[in-house]
Amino acid sequence: MTSTHNTTREPVVGAPVDRVDGPAKTTGAARFAAEHDLAGLTHAALVTATVSRGRITGIDTSAAEALPGVVAVLTHHNAPKLNPPKRVSPVNMSTMVSGTQVNYLNTDEVHWDGQPVAVVVAEHSHAAREAAALVEVTYERLPATVDFAAELPNAVLDKGNMLMPTGAKKGDADAALAAAPVVVDSEYSTPQHHHNAIEPHATTAVWHGDELAVHDATQNMAWLRAHLALRFGVPEAKVRVLAPFVGGGFGGKGFAWPGVILAVLAARATGRPVRLSLTREDVYRTVGARTPSTQRVALGAGRDGKLTALVHTAVTRKSPVGGQPEPAVTPANHLYGAANIRTGQSSVTLDWIPNTAVRAPGDAIGSFALESAIDELAYELGADPIELRMRNEPERNPIDGKKFSHRMLREAYELGAHRFGWADRSPEPGTTRDGRWLVGTGVATAYHPQLRLTANVTVRLAADGSVTVRSGLHEIGVGAATVQAQIAADALGVPFDAVHVECGDSALPEGAMAGGSMQTSSVAASVLAACRKLTRRLDTLARRSGTAGRTPAEIVAAAKVPYIEAAVGSDTRIGKAAGQARFMARTARDMRRWQKAACGAHFCEVRVDADTGEVRVSRWTGAFDVGRVMNRKTAVSQLRGGIVMGIGMALTEEAHVDPRSGRIMNPSLSGYHVPVHADIPPIDIAYLDEPDPTMPLGLLGIGEVGITGVAAAVANAIHNATGKRLRDLPITPAKLL
Amino acid sequence: MAEVRLRVNGADRRLDIPPQVSLLDALREHLGLPGTKKGCDQGACGACTVLADGERINACLALTVQYADREITTIEGVDHPLQEAFVRHDGFQCGYCTSGQICSAIGMLAEHKDGMPSAVSEDPAAEGEELTDEEIRERMSGNICRCGAYNGVVEAVAEVVR
Ligand code: FES
Ligand code: FES
Repeated sequence: MTSTHNTTREPVVGAPVDRVDGPAKTTGAARFAAEHDLAGLTHAALVTATVSRGRITGIDTSAAEALPGVVAVLTHHNAPKLNPPKRVSPVNMSTMVSGTQVNYLNTDEVHWDGQPVAVVVAEHSHAAREAAALVEVTYERLPATVDFAAELPNAVLDKGNMLMPTGAKKGDADAALAAAPVVVDSEYSTPQHHHNAIEPHATTAVWHGDELAVHDATQNMAWLRAHLALRFGVPEAKVRVLAPFVGGGFGGKGFAWPGVILAVLAARATGRPVRLSLTREDVYRTVGARTPSTQRVALGAGRDGKLTALVHTAVTRKSPVGGQPEPAVTPANHLYGAANIRTGQSSVTLDWIPNTAVRAPGDAIGSFALESAIDELAYELGADPIELRMRNEPERNPIDGKKFSHRMLREAYELGAHRFGWADRSPEPGTTRDGRWLVGTGVATAYHPQLRLTANVTVRLAADGSVTVRSGLHEIGVGAATVQAQIAADALGVPFDAVHVECGDSALPEGAMAGGSMQTSSVAASVLAACRKLTRRLDTLARRSGTAGRTPAEIVAAAKVPYIEAAVGSDTRIGKAAGQARFMARTARDMRRWQKAACGAHFCEVRVDADTGEVRVSRWTGAFDVGRVMNRKTAVSQLRGGIVMGIGMALTEEAHVDPRSGRIMNPSLSGYHVPVHADIPPIDIAYLDEPDPTMPLGLLGIGEVGITGVAAAVANAIHNATGKRLRDLPITPAKLL
Repeated sequence: MAEVRLRVNGADRRLDIPPQVSLLDALREHLGLPGTKKGCDQGACGACTVLADGERINACLALTVQYADREITTIEGVDHPLQEAFVRHDGFQCGYCTSGQICSAIGMLAEHKDGMPSAVSEDPAAEGEELTDEEIRERMSGNICRCGAYNGVVEAVAEVVR
């Protein structure tokens, strides 16, 4: 931005700046949702249902109430009334935030195994937990549908919507498949995945009259605030949600699940501040997870490797009380220039807690099937899997011919192949051995579409030269404040250290949810706009007071004002409606014009123990096209984090659900295995750093693209190592033997 | 109720708590020290790691009453070059596992110095073996980081030890 007062300095955008909250997080000073001490604080614990569908016929709370230190035991007999959640409407996006449609503790109906049926409030958490174990609940069991595999024949085709299309068609893929000289046609399946953010969901809630303050582990303060206002019948302005630090989310803290509602309810019922920290088991039972999926990918090609047919269909799960289809077939609409394409998505309805977004919903599991299938076709053709992909790399969006806003997948593969040493690979499976280890390598494409929300921001420049950016951003580990400070520093031409970002509070201008890889770009657009406004104001001031060419601080000081400020967006009702309308209009226009996505290429080396089937990931390179990178240090960490989670998805992660009862059998970190230090090799990350011309500063969101394609890269490497093709995740030793 | 005297971060603390209260709950809920985190409350994640006389323990699996005469150090009492190294190498994202990672790493370095072998040590009997990256990964595997900041943690520990 040109301006009279710009000083020449190294840009800080792109630099590997340390996180501004580093000291708080390494000294224990950062306070998370369960760590706010309030006078008269009480502690709550949940009692959860042990049937999948039914009616509560009796609750005996006497033993629990008799326990010393117990303040209250709330059930549907004595809990305050709650307004039911609103039906989901695309016009009011905050209606989407309700995890389920159940009115907890206001009904005797049970809709899933794990639904909270009572809440105990006590002076201390140990008393609350002990009392919760003493609550006796009896049920009338009703027939429940809980077995995903058994329900598959009853799957119903999904309709989808503008933001989440669930199917597409180009030409006649089935006829082309039947006529194709080379065909691969396989079924793939993925299990239920849980987010397992290391901070279990927690809420500290306090009412002052009809004013409510809630410290919550949320990725979505604004929508949560609207939702709480609705459920508790108070104006939104009376509700304040605070979330300065959130211990990881990955989609699991995007919606309002029972915990936060019941903490607020308990605080209202007892007139005391309430802290509710879910146990790890509560998180498994009361927060939605990723649906299991079964998918079919069929590819037809000529002997030259040109795809003539691509069919990708998927079945996922939803619930009678909520949930969305997980759009697993999305990548197939965008990745390959096949002449004929058919994609489609169906759902089965199970008596389960509604499924929810887990890092890269759809793309993470869909890319496993599609990118495995491409590898199978390459093997069938005797072609190099990268070469095959490049032969089918489209110029325009395959399904509808839209332009790509930007796409450098080819360059990402070149960069990655060079760093990884792909050229040295032996294409013949099972031919590389190191002692008892079978060694293999594999590749897969990463792909994640981009959306942008609106965000309100104010930027203030004070006479002492300090800059304050205020926006309801969420710090869930993405380095949100750090990156926005970098952006503001460059936009205003001030030192990075002069910028302070206030975030994590719904009392600030309404930011954007931290989800869908949207937060950074959404807020960046507004920070830039606010800084431009501020710069114009500064230029006017400088002209008036003859201080042109001086530093921003000097200009403000000479004007004898304490600060100048610029705002983008407004938090009034009308302002929010206007923001929503702008969002809809821009999104519709954008989606008509462009196909926009972050993409990349994963390169993986595995070592498979020939005797035990144990798989170790020994080398990784990820080369990405993520637009312009804002912070080299935090961006690399985020991409690595996605890959780490993807390795878990490939090899170990799976919730075991009893197909008879619908109950999770391994609701713990000792039963559900996420990657640990020893599972993760050094992960080499490379990126192209080329701006996307349609995004603020050219940046693309990077929270999710890292995990996409990872499981396929691992499975493809395992095939190269062993000759075994595993299509059912996770790839455990038992499946390899 | 049991009366317990504790030494935490160099200070004497007195508590009246039921004997079943874990050291983790005592720290977080009764002593105003929430820097130590609770990720699972069952010994599976390492978020609650603290030092007892310099040894790393899972505070969620420790009964407070059993630690009456031990010197407890939590992240609030840590002052170690690892902390800055974690920031420099981005050894965290959300920060929720970080207190545990740092306390665990401090305890781990002491174990290594004392000649304690690990599952990947070439020769378990040999003393003064180098703390390779592989050793660090193995020895830190009780501390889960769901954000996946493992590479940064290993780099930070390696920088401090070498
Ligand atoms: S909280 Fe102690 S190990 Fe997880
Ligand atoms: S930094 Fe989030 S779990 Fe480790």
